[in-house]
Amino acid sequence: MQLTQSSVGRKIIMAVTGIVLVAFVCVHLLGNSSLFFGADAINAYAQKLHSLGPFVWVFRLVMLAAFAIHIVFGIQLTLENRAATPEANVQVKRLRTGFGAETMIISGLVLLAFVVYHLLHFTVRVTNPEIYVPLGSSGMVDVYVMMVKGFQSVLPVIIYLVGMAFLFLHVSHGFQSLFQTLGLSNDKSLPVMGTTSKLVGFVLLVGYISIPLLIVAGLFKI
Amino acid sequence: MKLKLHVWRQNGPNDKGRMEVYDAPDVSPDQSFLEMLDDVNLVLARQGKDVIAFDHDCREGICGMCSQVINGVPHGGQERTTVCQLHMREFKDGDEIFIEPWKARAFPVIKDLVVDRGGLEKIMQAGGYTSCHTGGVADGNALPIGKDIADYSMDAAECIGCGACVAACPNSSAMLYTSAKVAQLAVLPQGKVEAHRRVMAMTEAATEHGFGNCSNHYECQASCPKGIDVKFIAKLNREYMKALIP
Ligand code: HEM
Ligand code: SF4
Ligand code: FES
Repeated sequence: MQLTQSSVGRKIIMAVTGIVLVAFVCVHLLGNSSLFFGADAINAYAQKLHSLGPFVWVFRLVMLAAFAIHIVFGIQLTLENRAATPEANVQVKRLRTGFGAETMIISGLVLLAFVVYHLLHFTVRVTNPEIYVPLGSSGMVDVYVMMVKGFQSVLPVIIYLVGMAFLFLHVSHGFQSLFQTLGLSNDKSLPVMGTTSKLVGFVLLVGYISIPLLIVAGLFKI
Repeated sequence: MKLKLHVWRQNGPNDKGRMEVYDAPDVSPDQSFLEMLDDVNLVLARQGKDVIAFDHDCREGICGMCSQVINGVPHGGQERTTVCQLHMREFKDGDEIFIEPWKARAFPVIKDLVVDRGGLEKIMQAGGYTSCHTGGVADGNALPIGKDIADYSMDAAECIGCGACVAACPNSSAMLYTSAKVAQLAVLPQGKVEAHRRVMAMTEAATEHGFGNCSNHYECQASCPKGIDVKFIAKLNREYMKALIP
């Protein structure tokens, strides 16, 4: 199959799954920010998601597939690229690429580890039993309490800060990259997209870390 | 001026290779980089030593033969300049200069700074042509082509096949080169006919001959002596997607 085996084909798959992932992190951030409207808002949001029933699972499967495909091809392409470049020159001076672009595989693998931890922490709920308390008699977990208590200890806060720093690195190259890969850029748009890409990464970074940081700052009371 | 050169010496593809130091004691700022190396070689030859092997042909920036990584940048980093057009006035007295060959698995070292860039030819052979009899020179405007299209094609056709883009690429990808060849033909009526087959065949040949995949680092454009734009890689990607749809 051309699409799944060729150089350009697999890049297109990276870009399309990349869109799904970027769209997810944006929507997820918007959803999470209902925390800023108080305990009832974030719990209502969580309840709303759960009430979608089977759609939740369809959604999870799509995300899982996109994530898995992105990871498998990301690793495969990176290994091929390393194999194509046997040993570097004694002197190597890069003129245009950046730290984020050169560390895509590292930031990607850190994100994978982060996602696993994040799911155990807030979705499967096994890492910190003391933070999962029931919400009245609804049979659901109080998500507000879980988030606020979840960031009372140092370790989770550090893990989230580090994870989001790598999300910034990954997206600051990845966002503009996907437009180029899908043939949607030209000489005029490319510099603009480079800046936009860093901006998107930065907004995601600030948005996501504001939640643990404001909790640590004591803004949210239980 | 006086310079100290660190030059990569390697006796063939299986030799490990190493940097060796040479003095260039009397360099004129008006000399080209290759003329400076000629002088160093003259001294080596008189001493009965093995001269530094390097590729060159036209020495006027159009053939794409001169292929040296200078201080970590293919062609030395002066904008839109090949090694042969790089002049010693860009350096100053006492400078240490590192001179190395293109490095990529697809470019085995033949000797010292000379590499086998045949892989680029293989990509060209896979589809960088049109299968039609062109006959004699056609009448001026017998086949009207808009100026913007002609310019676009000519911009892509500026590529001299030097391989600096591969040497500059962290992935040793030949995507800029390939995209220039694909784009230059894809916009012209003669080239459109085989556009689908061409983009498939050429990108496949690049993989087959050991070039890496593009990760959009854009290092290629930064060191291309002809300023080939990465917009042509976006064009190649568009052509590829068109070709995927039957
Ligand atoms: C929240 C999670 C993630 C998001 C939002 C994301 C987003 C993106 C985007 C938009 C691209 C650019 C695609 C293109 O160049 O066309 C990309 C590339 C890449 N991603 Fe991710 N990604 C995520 C997770 C991962 C993970 C877990 C890995 C682990 C292996 C990974 C590895 C890579 C690699 C290696 C590339 C570069 C591929 C190449 O340049 O050839 N990513 N990512
Ligand atoms: S695209 Fe530029 S760097 Fe690459 S082969 Fe052509 S002229 Fe050389
Ligand atoms: S020798 Fe021909 S381009 Fe440099």
